[in-house]
Amino acid sequence: MRRRHPLARQAIGALAAALAATLLVSVLLDLVPGDPVELLLGEQAQPIDRAALRKAMWLDLPLPVQAFRFLRGFATGDLRSSVPPFQQRIWPRLREVAPRTALLACVAMLFAVGLGVPLGVFSAVRAGAAIDRLSLAVSVLGVSAPSFLLGQLLLWIFGIRLRWLPVSGDDRMLSALLPALTLGLGLSALLSRVTRAAMLEALRQDYVLAARARGLSEARVIWRHAFRNALLPVLTIAGLQFGSVLTGSIVVEKVFAWPGLGTLLVDSIDKRDFNAVRACVLVFTLTYLAVNLLTDLAYAWADPRARGGGA
Amino acid sequence: MRARGRLALGGGIVLALCVVALLAGRLAPARPGALDLAHEWQGPTAAHPLGTGDDGLDVSTEILYGARVSLLVGLLAVALAGSFGTVLGAVAGYAGGAVDLFVMRLVDVLLAFPGLLFAILLVALLGPSLFGLVFSLSATAWVSYARLARGQVLSLRDRDFVLAARGLGASPARIVFRHLVPNLLGPILIQATFGIPGAILAEAALSFLGLGVPPGTPSWGALVDQGASHLLDAPHVALFGGAAIALAVLGFNLLGEELRDRLDSRSRAGPSAP
Repeated sequence: MRRRHPLARQAIGALAAALAATLLVSVLLDLVPGDPVELLLGEQAQPIDRAALRKAMWLDLPLPVQAFRFLRGFATGDLRSSVPPFQQRIWPRLREVAPRTALLACVAMLFAVGLGVPLGVFSAVRAGAAIDRLSLAVSVLGVSAPSFLLGQLLLWIFGIRLRWLPVSGDDRMLSALLPALTLGLGLSALLSRVTRAAMLEALRQDYVLAARARGLSEARVIWRHAFRNALLPVLTIAGLQFGSVLTGSIVVEKVFAWPGLGTLLVDSIDKRDFNAVRACVLVFTLTYLAVNLLTDLAYAWADPRARGGGA
Repeated sequence: MRARGRLALGGGIVLALCVVALLAGRLAPARPGALDLAHEWQGPTAAHPLGTGDDGLDVSTEILYGARVSLLVGLLAVALAGSFGTVLGAVAGYAGGAVDLFVMRLVDVLLAFPGLLFAILLVALLGPSLFGLVFSLSATAWVSYARLARGQVLSLRDRDFVLAARGLGASPARIVFRHLVPNLLGPILIQATFGIPGAILAEAALSFLGLGVPPGTPSWGALVDQGASHLLDAPHVALFGGAAIALAVLGFNLLGEELRDRLDSRSRAGPSAP
């Protein structure tokens, strides 16, 4: 019972943060310089029409009430677009676009971990050798290059020059490859550096010396002893960086014309569809908080010392 | 040996960037925003060293003037976020109690937004302007400085020099600003050096999304956005624009790593590559 306590507190904290974030978004939307009613109806509109639109967009209500109505609609699934004709439900659109972004983010994480971690291990084992310097150079470049440049380069090479992969399009796995690679490369560069540092640290420990003294093969020492201990900080960083993958997807979705959650967010901001904006932000935020929570869980599972918060 | 190369490369890039930003008016072959309708989407020529974009916009001019925007936004955003965050974090750490609780809850709420999301939202709502951009980028960036400063202050506030100052009757404000803040500038400076490339990247990303600088302002992100639709016939526009961003970010990152290795004893401990 006692052991679950810190986790429960974290979960409640995450929910509270999501609620506060929703309220904050409502405050922000209220602070917008241009009046959305003016934007939608033009300056010539009759006062009675303006009043009707304000009412329909909930702009006549106090902020906490707006936030509450939004959350109620979001929870019951009845949330509708807040621009005329107010009919379109938001959930079906979310259900349509969110899986595409999720696919992108997950494949990107696979790329990031699958490329970055082995690269980091190899450069730690061969610290100072050519492969280490090469991977250092590549990772410094990878961290520095903006995702939209990488995206354009990949598009140009694989899509236009070589014609191996589709340039843009629907949600088949194949067309997800390029955007996911774009999204994952930056993170893989970061992960390779974190892995390298963690591996160097692990390889210095006494248990590695002991394992070698017992005559274990070098591969076994590296992978079974050092790597397993080095993995913890790496996975934590990977989990915490999931948020940057999520927001990175907003940019990458534009490069590849990928109709995901980020595209919906940017479109909704353009159209001043406040409910859709709130919904997108809430989905992004909840996903991010959930992944952070899972990261903490995984950490506690992998490292008994971090469990329970006692001691 | 390698470290010296890193300092030279990073410092060189940053210095070149500053020179370019200052002398853009003298170096550029054209006026910013000047059009050459006869030569749209052309590759590099003598008149246009890096080619032209939409309506014959000179890419090299855009890149030179874009350095101003990138540098300005990067420096201002970091200065604003760094000073605000440091002061708030230091005050929260020293005051403790309700002040600390309030500041840290605010930090938690802002950390609930993944990455750039909050900045995207703010800048979209504020409309395209340089000030809006700087403000939006600092609106979440201050959080990391606040956490850093608070942590440092928590470890410093019971040290002898603080107790001595308090014993001599120094006011809390004097203790925070004269005794604590100067002592935590090292880590803050390192963070800030990494914050600049972060802000430059973020500005470019926002401008690429069409949410950053006002239309017509020379910006590297906007240049990539413009070139994106002409990857087939004029890939140079997006590539040169993107390369400028990558180079600037690389320069500051190298400088930041150098600074961190010199100032921070922890990261120096490990046997780094020779």
